Amino acid sequence: MKRLEERLFKVLMLLSAGVVMSSLLLIIGTVVVKGLPALSLDMITKAPGGGYYLGGGGGVLNAIVGSLLLAGGASVVSVLFGIPVALYMNVYCPRDSKLASMVRMSLDVLCGVPSIVYGAFGFAIMLVLGVKASLLGGIIAVSLLIMPTMIRAIDEVIRLVPPELMEASYSVGANRLETVFKVVVRQTMPGIISAVLLGFGRGIGDAASVLFTTGFTDRISFSLLEPVATLPLAIFFQLGTPLPEVQQRAYASAFILTVIILVLSLSARFLVSRYAKHTVR
Amino acid sequence: MENREHIKVENLSVYYGDNQVLKNVSISIPDRKITAIIGPSGCGKTTLLRCFNRLVDTVDGIRVTGKVLVDGDDIFHPEQDVTAIRKKMGLLSQRPFPLPMSIYENVAYGPRIHGTRNKKELDAIVEKYLKVANIWEELKDRLNEPASRLSIGQQQRLCLARGLAVEPEIILADEPTSALDPVSSRNIEERFLELKNRYTIVMVTHILRQAKRLADYVIFVYLGELIEHGPSKDIFENPKEKITKEYIKGVIS
Repeated sequence: MKRLEERLFKVLMLLSAGVVMSSLLLIIGTVVVKGLPALSLDMITKAPGGGYYLGGGGGVLNAIVGSLLLAGGASVVSVLFGIPVALYMNVYCPRDSKLASMVRMSLDVLCGVPSIVYGAFGFAIMLVLGVKASLLGGIIAVSLLIMPTMIRAIDEVIRLVPPELMEASYSVGANRLETVFKVVVRQTMPGIISAVLLGFGRGIGDAASVLFTTGFTDRISFSLLEPVATLPLAIFFQLGTPLPEVQQRAYASAFILTVIILVLSLSARFLVSRYAKHTVR
Repeated sequence: MENREHIKVENLSVYYGDNQVLKNVSISIPDRKITAIIGPSGCGKTTLLRCFNRLVDTVDGIRVTGKVLVDGDDIFHPEQDVTAIRKKMGLLSQRPFPLPMSIYENVAYGPRIHGTRNKKELDAIVEKYLKVANIWEELKDRLNEPASRLSIGQQQRLCLARGLAVEPEIILADEPTSALDPVSSRNIEERFLELKNRYTIVMVTHILRQAKRLADYVIFVYLGELIEHGPSKDIFENPKEKITKEYIKGVIS
């Protein structure tokens, strides 16, 4: 009887693992099968030409550039806020600090807020600041979106720094700030890189938060104050056309987005392994 | 010159919340000798040691009363510069904790913080103290490797070099050999015997034989109270208190 139970659960667990892996494979499969025929050099080297959405020539370089700028910008902003917050909660607050636990709870709630709400909130901020739909507006909204996840991820790795490591630094006469920047940040660098990538991935893939905030343009724009195109919205617009060949391009764009995330994942892994060799366990 | 006192503790009490972990301890620690703090686990030995460089400050909810004088300066005085006190003392912990950087950077870390920028000077400091810690020959070609790759015994000697590089006067050691193999332990013990001519060494240990081998002066702490202290020979061969006798005989541990 016991043996049977054991077997049954083993099968169930394997089945669950199978569901997880096959859904990933199916998604990637769909994107590849449907998108690959439409994928061409033009897709990644050109902005949309006239009548692109009716099947005309061109590509989605505008959205590739826009998405990279947007997610990159938002990641930089988030990490600039995130590292100090996480350091403060762990190094400067006492262990049973009410403030830190309140901040953690707020962040956990914020992690669960849907991205469309960040879009709407970002839009409201833009109205107050007098910023129109632009890269800057998008960076504000996406930063708000990815900051909670990023901070909590950094928080978790900093929490694991052994107190003795900081004591080792204090004991040669380093003060708290020196210890934080020279020891804690170095020790947690692999975790910080992973956290940034997590945020970047969430930011580059999100459509709802950029819906009102970035606008859209067929031009390749680098200006903070001009609207930019983003890949999720490009996918949305292309899928929304009645023309099968344009819909196919939507899948090709999705494929490009997936590849970008994959490349970033791999390079982050490489960076993590480079920094991890110094990490003290 | 004989037995100048280097650290003087006056009526030191430490409370952790409502729990008093050190009870009214007063003691003098002699200059350029090895002083061993012995006693069972959880009796306040480490807390006493951590008062000397104010590492107790980093623990939340701790309260210290009384005085610790180092060279006559009250180190718990509110205007005292904590980093200056800590610079005076090197610390070896139970388990070595190298900093997350290269071997070279570990030793150069302290001097850099205290303002040495010149590469040549730093090179010289690194070489000098790795030699003092008796690890230079093993590591001179590996200075840029991560310190975390060293064996635990090498790490402990590296930590010794890192502590000495800021030119302290006192070495504090908290069971510095408890995580090490016998060969590495012996290596550390030999370093201590060499160094005691130049530094005041205070070590916490619960290995009585180690205290016997190394210490000139012994402090016995039991349940937060200072029971007995004196020259090593007196404590080991002729303890006055019953509880010290029992501890040394191994009746209690």
